[in-house]
Amino acid sequence: MTELLITLALILVKLGLVFGVVLGMAAYLVLAERKILGRMQLRYGPNRVGPGGMIQPMCDVIKLITKEDFVPDRADKWIFLFAPGLTALTALLSFAAVPFAPPLTLFGREIPMVVCDLNVGVLYIFGLSSLAVYGVVLGGWASNSKYSLLGAIRSLAQLISYELALGLALVPVVMSARSFSLTEIVMSQADWPNLLRHPLAFIVFMIAIAAESKRTPFDMPEAENEIVGGFHTEYSGMRFGLFFVGEYISLIVIGAMTTVFFLGGWHGPILPPVVWFVGKVLLVAFVFIWARGSMPRPRYDQLMHFGWKVLIPLGLINVIITGAVMVALLG
Amino acid sequence: MGLWRDIKGTLQPFWITLGYLFKKPVTIQYPEQKRIPPPRYRARIVLTRDPDGNERCVACHLCSGACPVDCISMQAAEDENGRRHAAWFRINFARCIFCGLCAEACPTMAIQTTPDYEICNRDVLKLVHEKEDLLIDGCGKDEEYDYYQHSGIGVANQRGGNDDEYGPVDPKSLLP
Repeated sequence: MTELLITLALILVKLGLVFGVVLGMAAYLVLAERKILGRMQLRYGPNRVGPGGMIQPMCDVIKLITKEDFVPDRADKWIFLFAPGLTALTALLSFAAVPFAPPLTLFGREIPMVVCDLNVGVLYIFGLSSLAVYGVVLGGWASNSKYSLLGAIRSLAQLISYELALGLALVPVVMSARSFSLTEIVMSQADWPNLLRHPLAFIVFMIAIAAESKRTPFDMPEAENEIVGGFHTEYSGMRFGLFFVGEYISLIVIGAMTTVFFLGGWHGPILPPVVWFVGKVLLVAFVFIWARGSMPRPRYDQLMHFGWKVLIPLGLINVIITGAVMVALLG
Repeated sequence: MGLWRDIKGTLQPFWITLGYLFKKPVTIQYPEQKRIPPPRYRARIVLTRDPDGNERCVACHLCSGACPVDCISMQAAEDENGRRHAAWFRINFARCIFCGLCAEACPTMAIQTTPDYEICNRDVLKLVHEKEDLLIDGCGKDEEYDYYQHSGIGVANQRGGNDDEYGPVDPKSLLP
């Protein structure tokens, strides 16, 4: 009985810790993105509120909460109200399976440094990223607006297409780790990060995951100059804020996924494992922000062409090559 | 070679933006750093005086006629010696679009634009400037120009009573 209670308490503590850290990181990632993009365009970015603009996220939250929560006329009210929560929720839930440090031994108990060590962690994350499509599509459909619907249709097609490439990029990783568990995948990279073992898979993965999280070179669902705001055109106040926060949480999640699958997770010399993990996540987040400052948006048909005719064949070839090499080396 | 060009074209922007990341931003941090506008900048409008210290404005209404948003209004008056001036002169800066047409229209160089651009106010009525607010002590852009030195003030005889003038026409004598 006490054993169960202690386990439960430990899970709750880890849950609260991860929740707080991820939300705080998401808030400051917004600021970081605005400042980095500003510097890349020879501007300062937000620097008025607090020293160097450090209180800006709080001000943004206060502004969003105090704004009117507007529901358009003839919108499908309940779905409209529910969709933003779904986006933020799926992004947050994906973090449950991500291990951020090696198991810790405390008072004779071994505590895994992951909220829930699933043996099918990869499939769990995939399932949640597929569910995230629903937040976007339902929000766009329920708004009763042409722009929202167009944005939702685009994101539906884009996310489903790029999910295939994403899955194919992860097959070699799973093959070399011989496990679906994220902890096992990190353990298998103790000597070599998968980035060096599967470079082609890494490239395919980075491109596909940028499209999967609707980051800039692939932000067709919310292309400002064509379809206003895409699926969140009609949203205001904190509901828009939830979409926004969901986007930045998913930026952390894709950082964590890249770190776990390709950059060797918490492995690294000298510094403690958690520092390595967070540092790698922030590095990946910086690369995505950097890409946003550098890349133009492709046309929609070019996007689909690239996904189906370039990325998926590349991923398939990579799976075949990896399989052949593994059979040749290991027999 | 198309593929190589595409890869180069994809990677080059990253290098450029990384370079910009470490350059100093060009932004002027406004309330702390202020830009000094060029001397002919068109911002707050003033009424200037001639070198003797008298008002240059002769209340000819050309500026208010030229103003596209009708923000200038005035009332003309005349001194005992025949010199014209504005009894009151009002510019509504809440309406002014700072086009500078008034300064171009002015025949006496009385109304001039200045580079002082910080005139915003929370109270709209404070943006309505009266003659006392507009009139400055100096000559503005031209230190020497004096309209009345060229034109003289008033005339010795009644208008039309000088030797080289015809008298006023009696309209009734023109009747058929």
